[in-house]
Amino acid sequence: MTATKSTYNKEDIWELISEVTDPEIPVLTIVDLGIARDVKYEDSTFVIRITPTYSGCPAMQAIEKEIEKKLRLNGIDNFEIKTDFSETWTTDWMTEDAKKRLKEYGIAPPGKTEKVDDFLKSLDSSGDHIPCPYCDSSNTELQSEFGSTACKAQYYCNDCDEPFEHFKCI
Amino acid sequence: MSTQTKTLTKKEALFEYLIRLADDRLILGHRLSEWCGHGPILEEDIALANVSLDYIGHAASLYEYAVEIEGEDRHRDDLVYFRNDVEFKNLKLTELPKGDFGFTIARQFLFASFSYFLYKELSEVDDEQFAGMIKKHLKEVKYHLRHSREWVLRLGDGTEESHERIQNSFDDIWTYVGELFYQDEVDEFLQEHKLAPDTASFKDEWKELVEGSLKEATLEVPDWDQYMVTGSRDGLHTEHLGHLLAEMQHLRRSYPDGNWQ
Repeated sequence: MTATKSTYNKEDIWELISEVTDPEIPVLTIVDLGIARDVKYEDSTFVIRITPTYSGCPAMQAIEKEIEKKLRLNGIDNFEIKTDFSETWTTDWMTEDAKKRLKEYGIAPPGKTEKVDDFLKSLDSSGDHIPCPYCDSSNTELQSEFGSTACKAQYYCNDCDEPFEHFKCI
Repeated sequence: MSTQTKTLTKKEALFEYLIRLADDRLILGHRLSEWCGHGPILEEDIALANVSLDYIGHAASLYEYAVEIEGEDRHRDDLVYFRNDVEFKNLKLTELPKGDFGFTIARQFLFASFSYFLYKELSEVDDEQFAGMIKKHLKEVKYHLRHSREWVLRLGDGTEESHERIQNSFDDIWTYVGELFYQDEVDEFLQEHKLAPDTASFKDEWKELVEGSLKEATLEVPDWDQYMVTGSRDGLHTEHLGHLLAEMQHLRRSYPDGNWQ
């Protein structure tokens, strides 16, 4: 808990929520992931706009609670968290630095989404050879389209014999 | 709300349409959740649970928007827990018992491929919030389609038993696929206002994908011209929906103001 101060501006709020991490992937913050979109000050209230990663992602509720906790611990009560669907969350919003940390953590980061956008043509390429985050080998295979969470697929590396997760492009 | 209303307003039509979409996803999501802890392999247990979560997430946002459109201060949960079977508008396809893994996959494939084409069109409708929501869901539907299609191929072109089971599943479920393309005055009204697509516009493309996948899986394509069931959009259901709702709703109805503490 940081010391509270009497007045805050939008930038302070942004900085505070920048410390909130994803409950499933603790090396990434909600700003790295592009979940937190912006903070506005309207009618004496800080409006924090967030956008959901996956529609049914249970982590979204946990994230909202974490934002709330963070702000209240700093003595801030005049805020509102708004979930916005008008922008569609995509893994393209993930920063390069975030992708690097994801890989170091053992999760193969998402590539560009162009391929999944041309979807019907990619229906057959389930054998996408996602590089292994441990040994960089491309001799890998898809084990399951869904991993421990909706955002991840399960792969296996035939070279280092390690199973690994891949953050899917969406 | 009756769909037979002569002078349908935009609000009524959109509310009804959102409810139909949401009910399909809620009921199918519930059916899929029945696999949790019972999947044939761990990966599939997890995959089906994830797809179920996606559907329930889609339903939640569609219900949320429906109550907002309705403007009567109802909570989205009221629509889930306090409506009776005749008030549900989900397709009969979605409420059929989960059956074996082959049946589940056959249903997933037919529903996901239909949703894919429907959502591609819906993501362009003239309503920013609705279209935005659908764009998000569409990204997830692509994974549902890829997942189920691969299993259709694997089961169809697999062992004698897997082939027979998935073939039987497609044969059994076929009579329910006609309803996917059912349209009435609600759809027509919304099409005029650019709020819903004409499902007939993508029917051939959908059939091509389904037939192509079944053939690739060495399966016979059942007869498209056979008898097809109807009625679910008017609240007519199979006997299975009542049992599903009893299970899904009983706790909330027993303790309407109950809260997790």
